[in-house]
Amino acid sequence: MALLQISEPGMSAAPHQHRLAVGIDLGTTNSLIATVRSSMSTILQDDFGHALLPSVVRYMPNGDIVVGHEAQAHQSEDPINTITSVKRFMGRSLNDIANKAHIPYRFVEGTDSTTTRSLQLQTRAGLKTPIEISAEILKALKARAEKSLGGELVGAVITVPAYFDDAQRQATKDAARLAGLNVLRLLNEPTAAAVAYGLDNAAEGTFVIYDLGGGTFDVSILRLSKGVFEVLATNGDAALGGDDFDQRIYCWVLDKVRETNANFSPLNEEDTRLLLTKARQAKEWLTDNFEAQIVCKLNNGTLVDVTLTAPQLVEVTEHLVSKTLSPTRKAMRDAKLNLEDINGVVMVGGATRMPHIRHAVQEYFKQEPLTNLDPDKVVALGAAIQANILAGNKSDDDLLLLDVTPLSLGLETMGGLVEKVIHRNSTLPIARAQEFTTYKDGQTAMSVHVVQGERELVSDCRSLARFELRSIPPMAAGAARIRVTFTVDADGLLSVSAREQSTGIEAHIEVKPSYGLTEDEITSMLKASFNSAEDDKKARMLAEARVNAGAIISSVSAALAVDSNLISATEIEAIEAEIKKLQALTTAEDATAINQAVDTLNHATETFAAARMNASVSRALAGKNLDSINL
Amino acid sequence: MQNTPINYFELFAIAEQFDLDETTLESNFRKTQSANHPDRFISAPASEKLVAMQLATLANEAYSVLKSPAKRAKYMLEQHSIDAIADTNTAMPAEFLMQQMEWRERIEDAKMARNIAELDEIAGELKLETNSLINELHELLDIKKDLTSATAVTRKLIFIDKVCADIDQVIEQLDD
Repeated sequence: MALLQISEPGMSAAPHQHRLAVGIDLGTTNSLIATVRSSMSTILQDDFGHALLPSVVRYMPNGDIVVGHEAQAHQSEDPINTITSVKRFMGRSLNDIANKAHIPYRFVEGTDSTTTRSLQLQTRAGLKTPIEISAEILKALKARAEKSLGGELVGAVITVPAYFDDAQRQATKDAARLAGLNVLRLLNEPTAAAVAYGLDNAAEGTFVIYDLGGGTFDVSILRLSKGVFEVLATNGDAALGGDDFDQRIYCWVLDKVRETNANFSPLNEEDTRLLLTKARQAKEWLTDNFEAQIVCKLNNGTLVDVTLTAPQLVEVTEHLVSKTLSPTRKAMRDAKLNLEDINGVVMVGGATRMPHIRHAVQEYFKQEPLTNLDPDKVVALGAAIQANILAGNKSDDDLLLLDVTPLSLGLETMGGLVEKVIHRNSTLPIARAQEFTTYKDGQTAMSVHVVQGERELVSDCRSLARFELRSIPPMAAGAARIRVTFTVDADGLLSVSAREQSTGIEAHIEVKPSYGLTEDEITSMLKASFNSAEDDKKARMLAEARVNAGAIISSVSAALAVDSNLISATEIEAIEAEIKKLQALTTAEDATAINQAVDTLNHATETFAAARMNASVSRALAGKNLDSINL
Repeated sequence: MQNTPINYFELFAIAEQFDLDETTLESNFRKTQSANHPDRFISAPASEKLVAMQLATLANEAYSVLKSPAKRAKYMLEQHSIDAIADTNTAMPAEFLMQQMEWRERIEDAKMARNIAELDEIAGELKLETNSLINELHELLDIKKDLTSATAVTRKLIFIDKVCADIDQVIEQLDD
């Protein structure tokens, strides 16, 4: 079969050194970090042998920040300054948060009055955004990895719930930047789990990943074939997880206490956190036992002593279980599959340990779910495998992930209606253009409002960004042709551009949702955290620049060795001259100069690259030119 | 430099005809992505990465068009400069329009009655109708090369696709 075959650049170059890359599962309840060592994906443990890092951050009275088990141990005594489940607040404004009364934090509305902004939490260390709090968890994991691997990380793959919207993805990326991590890719959690499961079991066929974590629910359907992991459909609920089961038990306990104690006063923050912790422990205990005792003494002197049985747990959380089945049915419909097409259902996330969840899944799919991998670790293990590949390390697992957009993307049109431009479950990367026109005679500007969601009304969708296309020449209503192009990259992040067709006037925006941080905020936060370590930062930048330079020199040299016949002698000379210049610079200490020389070399090879791609493509496409790709 | 867009069928090295083998399309799509996806060009110069990204985007678009019979037929007609959904192509047989209205009324009734089984039933009937239109298109596009009739049938198929999408949406709303 004459298909496009292009040799991998750099394949014939000298084998380069192993580049340190990690996969991070930034979870609601627990976070993990993993790496590929000697071809095996491995979870990195802390000094005490813990694999899981509780996603808990405590701001100490002396200004220190403590993350993990130590912070978790003090959550009941210092709830306001000890933040758990911060992932639920990522990319969210205050209005988005349900159950505020039962969450023991001091929420503050975002400060920018013009747009909806991310919520903030009042702690003794001041106002903190969820992005900053998440960055503390990432910093702790990064430190663990660098200690364990003995070197600087080239980059990280960070997992996000498949059903995270653009705002939540941007927030996660911002948190990674604050933590000083180079993000190789944001990877959907169920896809990461499928990679670990698929490789481990040499699975081929169609698989469902049912992923119920601490705060989010995802369901993805993937086709696994010869190393290609193709997501057919994904769905979920970004605000449904194990935490909600704790919450239900907590409310049940409060009701029980009120039955015997009519004058029961509202709980303070310490008691709320204490009872929530007891609820979680009871839930976990009931996985292997018939009944759980919940005993504790509250600050107001009330003694709580109630018994929760497994059937009672099923009863009070039944509607949460059925809430996971609706997205599951949607994903099955979108994938256009019947139950008998499914070769296996993989359970992921700590909450899937609950027996009644397993029963419900088994009943729906009419097959026993697969639970042979640790549901807590499988996401991080898969992320590490993808990180290893994206860092440029050669791998035996020649796998490719084709993921999709979880939610439709569209524009506001007249009357507050949404016109969808990219439909959910479209394979990434994707670019789609649609033409719009003016509404009034002589209209010279157009406001482009980008939204995400499935509903018909703009007010029911999430607003991602607004920008304006100005200087449209005055024309009769309906005469202007404005072409709006949506592009979603492999991270699932969106950029939008608009162009008036007759004049060529353009406007472009990287969609930076108002829930994220502004560029200035990130810069000043980064400055603050790097002030003491400015030299480290310089050293790291130099090291990264050198690694990049080495990689491009070897890949261009390898390409010249094979395909130099495609370009003229003058062009070859020009490229070789740039290679020499870059080589000379790599021994110097100036990262900026190296990066500039890399850019120059990149630029010098553009014609060559196009010629090489053309040569390979033309083998299959009988003379068609690649410049003619019309997106 | 010529400016002919790459033909979707050629991209996946399959014969340009309406009746295509879905298994071959699927496996060639995977092979194309496997060879050209940007993730395969991690340490390549930015210029090659960009081309890989464009090619991957094109392959995704081409695959989504070819695997849907309605989009595939519309695309094949576009290759002959026929826009199946152009405003000038509005003529629809009265009989088909009546049928359409009937389906839409039944969907509306089922929605009011929250009757998902009835919606599934209508979806099943539409599936049968789709299959017969697909057979007609194979005949018209691949054998008779009758583009005028093919355009009319393609329009019907596109309409039915829309009705099916509406049914899915109603089922989804009722399911929530």
